[in-house]
Amino acid sequence: MATAEVAVASKTLADHLPVLQVVVPLVTSPLIVVIGVRSLAWPLAFIASVIAFIISCLLLYQVIDGGFISYAIGGWAPPLGIEYRVDATNALLLFLISGISVIGLPYALTSIRFEIGAKNETLFYACYLLCFTGLLGVVITGDAFNIFVFLEISSLSTYVLVAQGAIRDKRALTAAYDYLIMGTIGATFFVIGIGMLYMSTGTLNLADIADRIADQGSNRTIRAAFAFIVVGMGLKVALVPLHLWLPNAYTFAPSAVTVFLAATSTKAAVYVLLRFMFSVYHPSFIFEVNTLYFIFIPFALLAMFAASFVAIFQSDFKRMLAYSSIAQIGYMLMGIAMLNVAGLTSTIVHMFNHGITKAVLFMGVGAFVLKVGSSFYDSIHGLGRRMPITGACIVIGGLSLIGVPGTAGFISKWMLMQAAFENGFWWIAVLVVLSSLLAVAYVWRALDVIYLKAPLDDSVTRDPPLTMLIPMIILAVACVWFGIDTTISIGAASTAAESLLNGSFGMMPTEIPAEMPAEVPAPTIESAPEPETAPAPAPTESQ
Amino acid sequence: MEHHLILRVVTKLLASTIILFALYVQFHGDYSPGGGFQAGVIMAAAFILYGLIFGLDTVQRVFPPKFVHRLLAFGLLIYLVTGILSLLLGFNYLDYNAFDPQHPSHGQHLGILAVEFGVGVTVTGVMVAIYYAFAGRSPPVDDEDW
Amino acid sequence: MAATSETAHAVPSSIFDWDFIFGHANYWLFIVLMMTGLYIVVARGNLVKKIVGLNIFQVAVFMLYISIGKVTGGTAPIFPLDMQVDPDVAYSNPLPHVLILTAIVVGVATTSLGLALIVRIREEFDTIEEDELLVIERKMTAADNREHGPAMGGRA
Repeated sequence: MATAEVAVASKTLADHLPVLQVVVPLVTSPLIVVIGVRSLAWPLAFIASVIAFIISCLLLYQVIDGGFISYAIGGWAPPLGIEYRVDATNALLLFLISGISVIGLPYALTSIRFEIGAKNETLFYACYLLCFTGLLGVVITGDAFNIFVFLEISSLSTYVLVAQGAIRDKRALTAAYDYLIMGTIGATFFVIGIGMLYMSTGTLNLADIADRIADQGSNRTIRAAFAFIVVGMGLKVALVPLHLWLPNAYTFAPSAVTVFLAATSTKAAVYVLLRFMFSVYHPSFIFEVNTLYFIFIPFALLAMFAASFVAIFQSDFKRMLAYSSIAQIGYMLMGIAMLNVAGLTSTIVHMFNHGITKAVLFMGVGAFVLKVGSSFYDSIHGLGRRMPITGACIVIGGLSLIGVPGTAGFISKWMLMQAAFENGFWWIAVLVVLSSLLAVAYVWRALDVIYLKAPLDDSVTRDPPLTMLIPMIILAVACVWFGIDTTISIGAASTAAESLLNGSFGMMPTEIPAEMPAEVPAPTIESAPEPETAPAPAPTESQ
Repeated sequence: MEHHLILRVVTKLLASTIILFALYVQFHGDYSPGGGFQAGVIMAAAFILYGLIFGLDTVQRVFPPKFVHRLLAFGLLIYLVTGILSLLLGFNYLDYNAFDPQHPSHGQHLGILAVEFGVGVTVTGVMVAIYYAFAGRSPPVDDEDW
Repeated sequence: MAATSETAHAVPSSIFDWDFIFGHANYWLFIVLMMTGLYIVVARGNLVKKIVGLNIFQVAVFMLYISIGKVTGGTAPIFPLDMQVDPDVAYSNPLPHVLILTAIVVGVATTSLGLALIVRIREEFDTIEEDELLVIERKMTAADNREHGPAMGGRA
C-alpha cells in the first residue's frame, strides 16, 4: 500500500494527460449505452468532449514551443510498447478535433433530434464518441499499428453515422456503403505499408522506424511501403483521383455529422500523411523518390480546379460545400509539396482554418435544413434575410473559404503563396489565386441565393434555436479571430513544420540492438514482451 | 414441433458444454492458448446454436437484445476501468504492475485476467448482437421450410 | 545467384531464379490473393460479393503478416510452464499474430457493418445489384435536378 502512495506522489494526473485525452471519450461511449437513458446521452457526451478539450488545451500549452511528451501505455518502454507522443503538430490537431466536438455537440442536440429522430439518440452519441475517440487516437499515438486500429475505430463509426442520414434520404445508405468499401481498401493498403515497414525495420514505433530507416538507408521494401501508405491515406484524405466517396457521404449524412466529419476526419488523415512523409521517412527520401513534384502537385492542382469547378455548378448547397472540401484538400497537399517551412506551416494552418471554416458553413446549411427541410438552392431563397445571424455566419465562413484578408482562410493561402514564391514556383502562386477566384464564384452563388432572391414564403421568420446559433457564432468569430491573431495557429504550426522538416524528431534511445537484417526480421525472444520475463519498467519496481 | 428431435436433444446437451468450454478457454487463457476473443466467440456460439434450433424468440427470452447491448458496452467498461484503476494507483494506463507492486508478475496476472474477462464479455455480446441484428430482420422461418 | 543444381540445368542463365521464386512463395501468394480480392471488389456488381472480395483482400494481408512472423525452425512462442526458457530454442515472432488478431477483429466488424448496410439497402432499394442501384439513384438525381435545377457531377 505504501508503495502505491509513493507512486501517487510521483505520478500526478498531469502526467496522464496524453492517455486521458483518448480514454475519457472512450469510457463515456459504453457508459452511455450501459446507462441507456436517452436524456443522459447528450450531457455525458458533452461533458466528455469538454474534458477532452481542456486536456488538449493543456497539452497544446505544454508543447507549443517545441519538445514533446511521451507516454508509455501499460508501462512498456516506447520502442517495444505502445507510445502516445504529443508534439506541436498533433497537439494542434487534438485542439482542433476536441474543440470542434465541444462546439459541434450543442449544435447536434437540436439538429440530430430533427434529422434522425430521438429514438436512436443513445446509440448515436455512443457512436459519435467512438468516432471522436478514434480521431483523437489516430492523432495522438506514436505507434504505426495503433494508428490503423484507431483509424478503423473512427472509420467504422463514421460509416454508421453517415448511414443515419437514411431516414431523410435513402441514398445515405449507398453513400455509406461506398465509403465503407473505399475506406476499408484504403485502411488495408495502409496496413500493407505498415507490414512492409515492419518487415524491413522490425519495429512499429514511428520514431524507432524513422531511426532504423535513417540508419540502414532505404531499400525497395521501404519504398513500396511508402507507396502503399500514401495511396491508403490518399483514400482517407480524399486526394483527388481517390475522392469519389466524399461528396455523397457529406451530402447525405446528417448535418451535425457532416460538420464534425468535414472539420476533423480528413484533417486527421492529412496529419497521418504528414507524419509518415516527414517524421518516418526523412524529407530527403521524399525528395529522392520525387513523389511530391510528380504526384502531389498535379493532383493538388487538379483538386483545386476540377473540384472547385464542379462546386460552382451544384444545385445543392451542402453538396457544393462537399466539393469545395475536396478543393481545399488540394491546398493542403500543395503546401506539403512545397517542402519548405512556409509550405508545411500553410498545410497545418490550413487544416486548422479550413476545419473551423467548413464547420461554420455546414452548420449554416444544417440550420437551413432545420427550417425548410432541404438544402437545395431553390428552397433556401432569401433565407439569409429571414435568419440574419445564420446568414451573417455563412457570409463570414464564405469569405474565409475564399481567403479574403482578415479571415482565417487568408492566412493559410497567404502562407501557401509565400511558400510557392520561396521555391520560385510563381506559377503555382498564380494558380492558387485563380482557383480562389473559382471559390469566389461558388461562394457568390450561395450568397446570391440566400440574400438577393426573394424569400419563397413567410413561414421562416427566425434564426434557429440558440443551441445551434451559439456554436455558429463562436466559429464565425473564430474565423475572424484566427485571421487576425495568429499566435496560436501559426505559432504551433511553424513549430510543427520545423520539427517535421528536421525529419525524425528527438528519438528515444533504442533498446533492441540494431542487428535486424534488412529483408526479414529475425525476431528474438526480447522482441516478444512476455509479462513474466520482461523487465517491468514501473517506477516503484525498485522498492 | 415434434420433428428435429435429434437436433433439439443434441443442442440441449451441447449448449451447456459449449458454455463450459468457453469459460475454460476464458480463464485458462494465461496458461494455454485462449483468452477473451476465443472464449467470447465460443460462448456466443452456444447462444447462436440455441437460437438456430429453438428460434430467435426463445433465445431472446434468455438473452434479451437490450441486455446484450448493455453487456457488450459493459465488457468494454471492464477493460477501461482496469486501465483507469491502474492509473489511479499511480501507474501508467493499463500498467498491470499496479495491482500488486511487490509482485509484478502477480499484478500482471490479475490485470490480464480482468482485461481478458472484459474482452470475453464484449465479444460474446457483439457476436450475439450481430446474430440478433441479422436474424431479427428476416421473416421467421416456417416449420415446413426446414 | 542461381547456384543450386536444379536451377543450373533448368535454365541456362538465371532468367528464372527458382530460389528466389520459391523462397518468396508467401509473397507471391499474398499478391495473387490481394489482387483477386481487389478485382472482385472492383468487378462484381453484387454488393455481397464485393464484401466477399474485401474479405479476401484483407485475408491476403493477414497472410503477409503471419508469414513474416515465421522464424525458420522456430516453434510456437509459448513459454514452458516453469518459465525456464531454453536459449537454444528459437521461437517464432508472436507480434504479427497479435497484430493480425486485432486486424481480424477489425475485419469482422467491417464485414458485419457492410452486411448490415446491405440489409438496409435491400429494404430501401429492393435490390443489391450495383447496376440496378445506379439506375435508381440516377432517377433520384434526375428527379432532384428537374425539381431544383441541374447540377454538375451527378452521382460522383
